Amino acid sequence: MGISVDSPADSRKLCESRRYTFPFLSDDNADTIRRYGVLHPKGGEGGKDIARPAEFLVDATGTIRWVNLTDDIRVRARPESVLMAIDRLL
Amino acid sequence: MKRSRNILNWAGFAIVLIAVVSYVPFFALSPATRDIPWANYLLFLIGGALLAVGVRRAFRDSAHYHGKISGSILTVLSALLFAFFVVSVTYLSKQIPAAGTALRVGQKAPAFVLLDTAGNQVSSADLLKNHHGLVLIFYRGYW
Repeated sequence: MGISVDSPADSRKLCESRRYTFPFLSDDNADTIRRYGVLHPKGGEGGKDIARPAEFLVDATGTIRWVNLTDDIRVRARPESVLMAIDRLL
Repeated sequence: MKRSRNILNWAGFAIVLIAVVSYVPFFALSPATRDIPWANYLLFLIGGALLAVGVRRAFRDSAHYHGKISGSILTVLSALLFAFFVVSVTYLSKQIPAAGTALRVGQKAPAFVLLDTAGNQVSSADLLKNHHGLVLIFYRGYW
């Protein structure tokens, strides 16, 4: 699922425009983002704290099993590499 | 003798403009043209080549072609647009915090309860009870 600091309404717009079918969650005060260590302080409009791009795979016991941390906001994890990580987990 | 309009200058500049504005709404959507923006570089190359031919004939064959001044201005603008694009994709897009603070493989994923797009509370603990795992994708937002 997706997580950002955007409001549920803004996230809904994003999901509709990009035709996302996965759940998208709103972390408006960036608490969860901070606890995963992927905060980008003052990275957003008007100096708002946002998330840096990051992808985590969590197994059923709640343990992190795969992490992808880009150094470029343009370059995100490709779907096939996420699927490969899931295949290795199962 | 009537001089003809130097269409190559304008066509070249138009392609350079397309090279700049097409990345975010189009080429960035597919990883194959996103990670290395080769399609945009190719458009810059084509636009630049047309401009080069257009400006060259404006100066070499000014009896037949317009475009010494407009071609020069369009060339400078194109160079600035190209520079802006290169700086954006090689420097500005990398201005994010280092990855060192992020949680690592093997660590416990912090539990969360957050609102989904319908305003319903979603709990990671509940999700993990009913699924084999979770993929969490952190977005910058503002889209």
